Amino acid sequence: MSVRRLSKTQPKSFAFSKATMKTAEWWIAKYPADRKQSAVIPILWLVQKQEGWVCEPAIRAIAELLEMPVIRVLEVVTFYTMFMLEPVGKTALIQICGTTPCMLRGSEALMAVCKDKIGAKDHLSADGKFTWQEVECLGACCNAPMAQINDYYYEDLTPFELGRIIDDFAAGKKPTPGSYDLRRSSEPKDKVQTLLDPKLYDGSLAKKIKLPNTEPVG
Amino acid sequence: MVGILEDKDRIFTNLYGFHDWGLEAAKKRGCWNATRDMLKMGGPWIIDQIKNSGLRGRGGAGFGTGLKWSFMPKEVKDRPHYLVVNADESEPGTCKDREIMRHDPHLLIEGCLIASFAMKAHVCYIYIRGEYVREREVLEEAIKQAYAAKLIGKNNIHGWDFDCYVHHGAGAYICGEETALLESLEGKKGQPRLKPPFPAGSGVYGCPTTVNNVESIAVVGTILRRGAQWFAGFGRPNNTGTKLFCVSGHVNLPCNVEETMSIPFRQLIEDHCGGVRGGWGNLKAVIPGGSSVRMIPAEACEDLPMDFDSLSALKSGLGTAAVIVMDKSTDLIKAIARLSYFYKHESCGQCTPCREGTGWMWRVMERMASGEAEMSEIDTLLDVTTQVEGHTICALGDAAAWPIQGLFRHFRHEVEDRITAYRTGKPHVQGHTLEAAE
Repeated sequence: MSVRRLSKTQPKSFAFSKATMKTAEWWIAKYPADRKQSAVIPILWLVQKQEGWVCEPAIRAIAELLEMPVIRVLEVVTFYTMFMLEPVGKTALIQICGTTPCMLRGSEALMAVCKDKIGAKDHLSADGKFTWQEVECLGACCNAPMAQINDYYYEDLTPFELGRIIDDFAAGKKPTPGSYDLRRSSEPKDKVQTLLDPKLYDGSLAKKIKLPNTEPVG
Repeated sequence: MVGILEDKDRIFTNLYGFHDWGLEAAKKRGCWNATRDMLKMGGPWIIDQIKNSGLRGRGGAGFGTGLKWSFMPKEVKDRPHYLVVNADESEPGTCKDREIMRHDPHLLIEGCLIASFAMKAHVCYIYIRGEYVREREVLEEAIKQAYAAKLIGKNNIHGWDFDCYVHHGAGAYICGEETALLESLEGKKGQPRLKPPFPAGSGVYGCPTTVNNVESIAVVGTILRRGAQWFAGFGRPNNTGTKLFCVSGHVNLPCNVEETMSIPFRQLIEDHCGGVRGGWGNLKAVIPGGSSVRMIPAEACEDLPMDFDSLSALKSGLGTAAVIVMDKSTDLIKAIARLSYFYKHESCGQCTPCREGTGWMWRVMERMASGEAEMSEIDTLLDVTTQVEGHTICALGDAAAWPIQGLFRHFRHEVEDRITAYRTGKPHVQGHTLEAAE
């Protein structure tokens, strides 16, 4: 398990923004009326999007909103590793996947670039713009090595490309997510040999059909 | 032709996202075709068809999907039924459900409706992992389209009131375990529940629930359209159907591909993935089903059918069909040590053998990777893996033990060589220690 604790320095107060509150209510409506607690993870995530991290007053506010004990929210926030318990880089939170499939394809070199350009792992950079972390499998193994930056995936990275992406973020640009090896998604690069039959896409599959096995037996 | 499966028999026709994922395009590809007729045939017919197709759960365990559905109570009594779709795809090596959700979301939504109807559920939750932000956006949008077209929702054209909601997690591998997922859906820490009661008796909110993998649900519509015998015609008996394979690691063209079950390993790699980096002879070992299964050495791979039964005969497993290929340049000990770190990081902390064992195994594996271990520790480590395996509430303890066992089963000599090499470099002369003592 990973041991996670709240930050020692905490703001005095927290308030939901109007937009956050509206989305929070949309989430709560997804669950049965007496099961509001179900919305705790999505709402913690909204709060993190609003503030950049999850602070202690926010945890109390969420407990009140969902009518659940504060300790239950605290349990959740310390259990799930996507919740940042202290401020992270305002420009970019870079999460490099370090698990074996990415490691086999060079994630260690990506982490070296981060260390070089940003500094120590899990620490806010001196200018407050960047934080980088090593995270566990992000589920894009056919596009390894890859990183999640803020919300989106940057795939098929090389140290050079990652360096450029970090520089672009630092310069205030927004690099496009996706593959950095000229792939659309997880197809074999430049050698797509499947799904080429035009009949799959010309609408012939949408014609009215008679379901098989629907005749009464005997 | 490459591989075995022909284009006309592929279920995921937009796997790579070369076409539009939206409703109109999905319909053109055959999605939502004759769905109403399927529902007209009734729940028992649907369950029978799925049983006859031989579909085994695509999330790793390979349990019969139709059989699982039949465990749900036949009639709704005081508690509503639920379908929960497990889209918490976190098994290292696996990246198939992601492609379904962002490129073919309507196949999944259609499957949710059919499965929910068959199990008399009016509500379905799709639990997607928190990191898949883009995938969640697409899925939410696709569900919106389905509501707008009255395919789902109250008073829809299919005549079965059905609500489909997306829920998300926040970075916990353990929530891929079905009862941990249910805990998480209820807004708690994702710690697995003791079974029994099984979810079909008491699942989310204490109500009868079935949890299925994304791929298992997304193939349902097409199976019913093409017929159970069509699906059952692929692969070997008891291992039927088509399957998404995720090939990563040391191949020339890592990719996702839909193929028939039981395709020989070498054909899968050479036809679709451009072969092993450096040629077939450069293959060292393969983890064939996601990080939780034991690795197999190159010698066993040549004609190996990629399916549940042949891989379990090799004491490995098909798992999620996430194939991690490792060539001769790989430091296997380090690769497995990294997996041990993964399990240490992801253990939920509920059961002592796993909470303490995963950390202990990781620390020893790190020392083995550097060679800084005692020879006798190898057997101690293997002994500990058997003490963790099978002694925990969920299978994460087993999953942490198996990769280590696989390494020592086939490559014990490499670890021994490393320990020996490490020691060779150290002075072990008597005079040295005497000098230090003076």
